[in-house]
Amino acid sequence: MTAAQLLYFLAQQTMFFSIPLLVVALGGMFSERSGVVNIALEGIMIIGAFAGVLVIYSFQETMHGQLLLLLALLVAAASGLVFSLLHAYAAINMKADQVISGTALNMIAPALAIFVARMIRSVQQIPFKNRFHIKSVPLLGKIPVLGPMLFQNAYITTYIGFGILVLSSIILYKTRFGMRLRACGEHPQAADSVGINVYKIRYAGVLVSGMLGGIGGLVFIIPTSTNFNADVAGYGFLALAVLIFGQWKPWRIFFSALFFGVLKTIAAVYSVIPIMQEWSISNDIYKMVPYIATLVVLVFSSRSSQAPRASGQPYDKSGR
Amino acid sequence: MKKSNKRSPLKSGFITISSSLLAIAVGLLLGLVIMLISNPDQALDGFAMIIKGGFEDGMAGIGQVLYYATPILLTGLSVGFAFKTGLFNIGASGQFIIGAFAAVYIGVKWTWMPGNLHWLAALTGAFVFGALWGFLPGLLKAFFNVHEVISSIMMNYIGMSLVNMLVKRTVYDQLTNRSQAVAFSANIPKWGLNEVFPYYSMNGGIIVALLFVAVVYIVLNKTTFGYELKACGFNPNASKYAGINAKRNIVLSMVIAGALSGAGGGLLYLAGSGKFIEVVDALAPEGFNGIPVALLGLSNPIGILFAALFIASITVGGFNLQQYEFVPEVINIITASIIYFSAFALIFKSFIGKLLTGRRRPAVGPDQNDSEGPAADAPTSTPEPRIEPSEGGGAI
Repeated sequence: MTAAQLLYFLAQQTMFFSIPLLVVALGGMFSERSGVVNIALEGIMIIGAFAGVLVIYSFQETMHGQLLLLLALLVAAASGLVFSLLHAYAAINMKADQVISGTALNMIAPALAIFVARMIRSVQQIPFKNRFHIKSVPLLGKIPVLGPMLFQNAYITTYIGFGILVLSSIILYKTRFGMRLRACGEHPQAADSVGINVYKIRYAGVLVSGMLGGIGGLVFIIPTSTNFNADVAGYGFLALAVLIFGQWKPWRIFFSALFFGVLKTIAAVYSVIPIMQEWSISNDIYKMVPYIATLVVLVFSSRSSQAPRASGQPYDKSGR
Repeated sequence: MKKSNKRSPLKSGFITISSSLLAIAVGLLLGLVIMLISNPDQALDGFAMIIKGGFEDGMAGIGQVLYYATPILLTGLSVGFAFKTGLFNIGASGQFIIGAFAAVYIGVKWTWMPGNLHWLAALTGAFVFGALWGFLPGLLKAFFNVHEVISSIMMNYIGMSLVNMLVKRTVYDQLTNRSQAVAFSANIPKWGLNEVFPYYSMNGGIIVALLFVAVVYIVLNKTTFGYELKACGFNPNASKYAGINAKRNIVLSMVIAGALSGAGGGLLYLAGSGKFIEVVDALAPEGFNGIPVALLGLSNPIGILFAALFIASITVGGFNLQQYEFVPEVINIITASIIYFSAFALIFKSFIGKLLTGRRRPAVGPDQNDSEGPAADAPTSTPEPRIEPSEGGGAI
């Protein structure tokens, strides 16, 4: 491998790890900006990935290619959305402790996925054939430097991820819904007093996070695996760290997702990077690095935190 | 808040406990529904198996329940202790496995120790290293405003990989890809329990765990330190005003929580039951099972004891369930739904309170109501400190 090839390879791999983090963290952003802490992202990812993989597993003999992937993504989004209803109901209607409710969902998700998988197949893994790989995007793949980095050896999920980023940024800052959402996360009483239905907006925030969490789960599984084992390797939790590091802002979330993606990539492929081969560091250390980096990053970013003020607090109309 | 209910401390206790029981009932019911949907023919038999739990096999079954209750009793105490200070210790898993490693390391390597001290040293090692793993999230919370939930989740993964690495470098059994067996002297003595409860893994761990319950009970209820911790949980601002060093208490609370989880790891891996640290990329489930135990036990050491026995019993029921065509994951679904419903504690409590008094709260706005001081029949008072992100930052 030449240096250029190595660089392209790393860039492509980074996309596989960054895009799911980006999508899920953006989901978390919608929820938290509406005022609901969503640590259930991990569980939502598992449910989304499970439903999506199940669709691929069921239809892979009759349907081929990108259309199947799109269908699976839609199902992943829908199932994530439905699952997140549980969190929304607990957090908004029942005024439950949002961290506890999120923890419960994180525990239900793998149990449910394993349960259903074993009911269907009697083993908990669901294999699938990966026919979604794009060797080179027509035309775009031929652009020098950028082509090999972004448009070769890729999945459409990468471009969907970028699409979600642009769309999220527009929705959050340029639409009436986005402004209302932010108002509910900062000062729900004030938002309510001007006639905004805080409960509805918060529901919308949590459901969007469920949708994106579900998509993110499948986006994570497709390039990195060929079977689903009721696990997304703690990506939902990493996405929370990405969200905090990204200060609840779409483009900062993008860059922090890239940062974590690079770390994860190094942990996954360090053995092909010549210098790192010579270091002969245990692969367990590479696995630890992203989490240690998270802690370090949190130490520096939590002091000047710009978290939504009302995030995590149940809204009580009578408390106005 | 408890003191506001001076008129009926018993009743308020009853309401609190029945809200836990209600969460259990709803969780079990949900499990039954899932079983009815997935396999209607055997659902009722299977469900009876879960309810019977460890009582299916006489004294041996009870021994099995005690064995499974031991580690989650400790992680439950750990999570509950942190709850009392208003902290959510979701890092019990990492603390547990770090403690387990320390215990196994001492158990394998320090064979020069006299027999009756060896296991005690190994358990102490687990206690100390668990404390260390709780110390860091506490420190980050107190001085850097990093939310303990997110930092202790990271500590879980770091602990998992670190233990994998350390096991491979120090006490590795290459053939089975797991840790070596600890020396016989490092096993917790059985103290004759295996004769009372003829279950092959029965050991004295439960006795040690009960000692921890007693110590935690005394610390929380009979010492100034425990009072300060609880005060920080109830109202951080008021306790700061009263001159309580909140930062110190946050760190100490996490250290003690970590130590308890670590000890749980020690108790499980020194049980002499053929349990080894497997080198796999999976978080220790015992840590997460501490969460339902603490929630159901309402963070009260005695309550936690009963909750641990209950969860252990339905877990054993889940093993027995496999003679029917069910997957044991039903149990995980049930425990997870119990956590979900115990998050509704507030609503449940006011619901049960209304049922009991047969009277609705006066229809005035709650703020007005609160300013009047303790309402005569306010069963909605929350003895649990709520976990809320601190002002302006540290939100998850």
